[in-house]
Amino acid sequence: MTSADLTIILPEIALAVYAMAALLFGVYTTKDKAAPLLVWTTSAVLVAVAIWVGLSGNGTQQAFGGLFIDDGFARFAKVVALLSAAVVLVLSMDFMTTRDLLRFEYPILVTLALVGMMVMVSSGNLMTLYMGLELQSLALYVVAALRRDSVKSTEAGLKYFVLGSLSSGMLLYGASLTYGFAGTTQFEGIYLAAGDQLPLGLLFGLVFLLAGLAFKVSAAPFHMWTPDVYEGSPTPITAFFATAPKVAAMALLARVVYGAFGGATADWGQIIALLAVLSMFLGSIAAIGQRDIKRLMAYSSIAHMGYALVGLAAGTAAGVQSMLLYMAIYVTMNIGVFAFILTMERDGRHVTEIGALSMLSKREPIKALAILMLMFSMAGVPPMAGFFAKFAVFSAAVDAGLGWLAVAGAVASAIGLYYYLRIVFLMYFGKDEDAAIDGSMGMIQWGVLMASAAIMLLGVVNLFGVDGLAGAAALALVN
Amino acid sequence: MDNLLSIITFIPLIAALILAFFLRGEDEAAQRNAKWLALIATSATFLVSLFVIFQFDPENTGFQFVEEREWLLGLTYKMGVDGISVLFVMLTTFTMPLVIAASWNVNVRVKEYMIAFLMLETLMLGVFCALDLVLFYMFFEAGLIPMFLIIGIWGGANRIYASFKFFLYTFLGSVLMLVAMIGMYVDAGTTDIALLLEHDFSTGGLQIAGFQIVGGLQTLLFLAFFASFAVKMPMWPVHTWLPDAHVQAPTAGSVVLAAILLKMGGYGFLRFSLPMFPVASDLMAPFVLWLSAIAIVYTSLVALAQSDMKKLIAYSSVAHMGYVTAGIFAANQQGVDGAIFQMLSHGFISGALFLCVGVIYDRMHTREIDAYGGLVNRMPAYAAIFMFFTMANVGLPGTSGFIGEFLTLVGIFQVNTWVAMVATSGVILSAAYGLWLYRRVVFGDLIKESLKSISDMTTREKAIFAPLVFMTLLLGVYPALVTDVIGPTVGELVAGIETDVAAYAPDTAEVQVAETGDH
Repeated sequence: MTSADLTIILPEIALAVYAMAALLFGVYTTKDKAAPLLVWTTSAVLVAVAIWVGLSGNGTQQAFGGLFIDDGFARFAKVVALLSAAVVLVLSMDFMTTRDLLRFEYPILVTLALVGMMVMVSSGNLMTLYMGLELQSLALYVVAALRRDSVKSTEAGLKYFVLGSLSSGMLLYGASLTYGFAGTTQFEGIYLAAGDQLPLGLLFGLVFLLAGLAFKVSAAPFHMWTPDVYEGSPTPITAFFATAPKVAAMALLARVVYGAFGGATADWGQIIALLAVLSMFLGSIAAIGQRDIKRLMAYSSIAHMGYALVGLAAGTAAGVQSMLLYMAIYVTMNIGVFAFILTMERDGRHVTEIGALSMLSKREPIKALAILMLMFSMAGVPPMAGFFAKFAVFSAAVDAGLGWLAVAGAVASAIGLYYYLRIVFLMYFGKDEDAAIDGSMGMIQWGVLMASAAIMLLGVVNLFGVDGLAGAAALALVN
Repeated sequence: MDNLLSIITFIPLIAALILAFFLRGEDEAAQRNAKWLALIATSATFLVSLFVIFQFDPENTGFQFVEEREWLLGLTYKMGVDGISVLFVMLTTFTMPLVIAASWNVNVRVKEYMIAFLMLETLMLGVFCALDLVLFYMFFEAGLIPMFLIIGIWGGANRIYASFKFFLYTFLGSVLMLVAMIGMYVDAGTTDIALLLEHDFSTGGLQIAGFQIVGGLQTLLFLAFFASFAVKMPMWPVHTWLPDAHVQAPTAGSVVLAAILLKMGGYGFLRFSLPMFPVASDLMAPFVLWLSAIAIVYTSLVALAQSDMKKLIAYSSVAHMGYVTAGIFAANQQGVDGAIFQMLSHGFISGALFLCVGVIYDRMHTREIDAYGGLVNRMPAYAAIFMFFTMANVGLPGTSGFIGEFLTLVGIFQVNTWVAMVATSGVILSAAYGLWLYRRVVFGDLIKESLKSISDMTTREKAIFAPLVFMTLLLGVYPALVTDVIGPTVGELVAGIETDVAAYAPDTAEVQVAETGDH
């Protein structure tokens, strides 16, 4: 271990040290009263680390003999995850304070999860992969059950934990098979052992690895936990689940399939394509019957993961670029929507039935307009940025000869349109009901909602150059 | 003025933004300001668009007023018009001020209403000006959002069903087109429509899942585009969203829908299907011609049985669009000229007919034919105008409706006599339902108590109809105004199709098995 290695991994170390220092601070001071301060500092630290990671380092560097890779791809995923987590932390303040949920452990657990994510997306070895993944997952299990006195929240945490452990088990099993047949846990070594045509043993290893990872990105048919956990967890936690971990897990998936099995694109391409089709259709169809907006968002995120997987299935640099672009846009939309969901209140109580949105446009025309733009963006209706995300993944798929996958995606997006439209319909031409929400929105939430909607609309000019950044990041992974 | 088209396209959008951000309040004054601002913006758009038509050179069959900029994801922002699209731009800018003027009585959420219509105008103009596939798709699809809101918020009793049906029907058709567009991009390496028009898409035999696809890639792309444009058109049997949408939409919404939005399908056929997939169009032409013939007869018969005025006119629109699709796929000079002419003329006539319904709906709040009768006694001016447009709809010589139907029928006759025969019977049927509607609403004795106090058209209403009457007559007696503009471009389009079709010899074409064929 040399100091050069440590320099490469310095952002992760700094974040981990910060988490521990914050823990000490929390324990030795006034406990939960320090929580708001900690949330703000954590958020600031996350943004600072994001800027640091984003601006520092160029090219590809390896640390610890290839265990840890710092390249453009990892940096892109890290910046998106860090920034989204920072925004979600700040958003959740009001909600958690009024419900007496704000424990000082919350920002610390989020920080630790982020350290895990950063290690995940930079992993160059099955060991680093597992270490990062478990660090992230354990932190997430705990935050899911943050509301200790609520049965639903505890249930969500437990469900997440049990199913998550199962998937980790599958992942480990796949990793051990891979190790057994490739003789190494290093991605580069596996790449060489795998070659163009996977040996049977490695194929088994790959399938189990993918199953484990599909659970983490909540792709169908490994999605079952998502609606329950989304619904049961406190809403700010749901917002967090829907953003940063998804980016990290998707990036990890790309890292594994390209880093370790990059030669055998045809083998994993089919599996990813199947996952994509199942996710897109399940997410679109199952969401139609949902009456709870958090469950609806869960199914919506399953469908979105399906679209992102379409980009991955293409097996080209353009595919990875489109996947990264999709995730960046997805995260931005989701943060905006959750900023709103967090403030859905009636008589001071949090409501999540979508019926409560009835005729929102009459009482809150500007908010309703912002939600309308976000919903159309999610559905992929131009000129919103969500359309360009879908356009990018579909064109990557067609370019790679997967025209049928693009057609399936197009049909699924038309089905999915229905439930996004229904929200717009409720807001704009529903019936006036007593059950409608009456809560006001904090400045922060309002600002985030507006910013998110504005980004979706103004993205039509040049997508803020994110497509170029994603393209550069993709080239670091696929060459 | 090399960005004239962008100026035209975005004037309404800018006005919409001004309305959205600088106009406050819901009181009388604010409502009046919103209406005036919308009227001024749409009129200004029309005036600026006059520069386009006066500077347009009909002999030049290429794209004119072209502007091009870099955009995102390797796409370009490219605008331009040619002989086919320039008149649709004019139709849009001409219709919109009338639509706004016809909405003067709206008093629910006026600001939002005007914003929706202004946005819609920008998006419709964008569709006709866009010269980049994705840019076109963007305008094409985004137009659904304001129309969805217009039907959903200001529509009739069953508006929710209608707005959902409208959106989902058209969206499903369009996403398939998006995939085809991506396929074209991958095949040709560009999304520039001008370059795609030069590109020859493969017609070699393809095999997918064991099925032999005649015409290969072209047929697949053609079908995907057909799915979108046939719904938009709308062609039988995917026309069912239109009567619902028309009946539930507010008057101005119906006018925009009939006069402009329906033309996007026909424009799409002319811009994409015919010139880019000539062989596939030729192969599919008999199928489309017969669908059109069925549409003309079937929907005319359905129109006869309607008890709701708007629904009757909606079905008559579907029938008239049947002439358009038949004319387009006849793929000869008269047919395509006639189809474009028929679209423009239908824009004036059906728009005016929906306005006619709006006039009495504003007074009686019902569209039931049975609720009326004997209106001529109290509304002579209205009776005259309604008579004029009924006759134009029937295709009376001297009105633009006649020229459109005649030219398309001449075109169809050269290609398929049987289809022409069936389609011609539609002329008689349209006279039947048109005149019968007129008799039931306008003639007879005024016996219904509720109608005894009905008032004739106001000056504002007459002023709205005046330009429409003028245009219908002008094009009816001097059709060269239109055919001179579109003629050269259409001639080149038709010649191009003939060369491509002649060059295609299916028997010698190599049969290549696609990679996807193994699944």
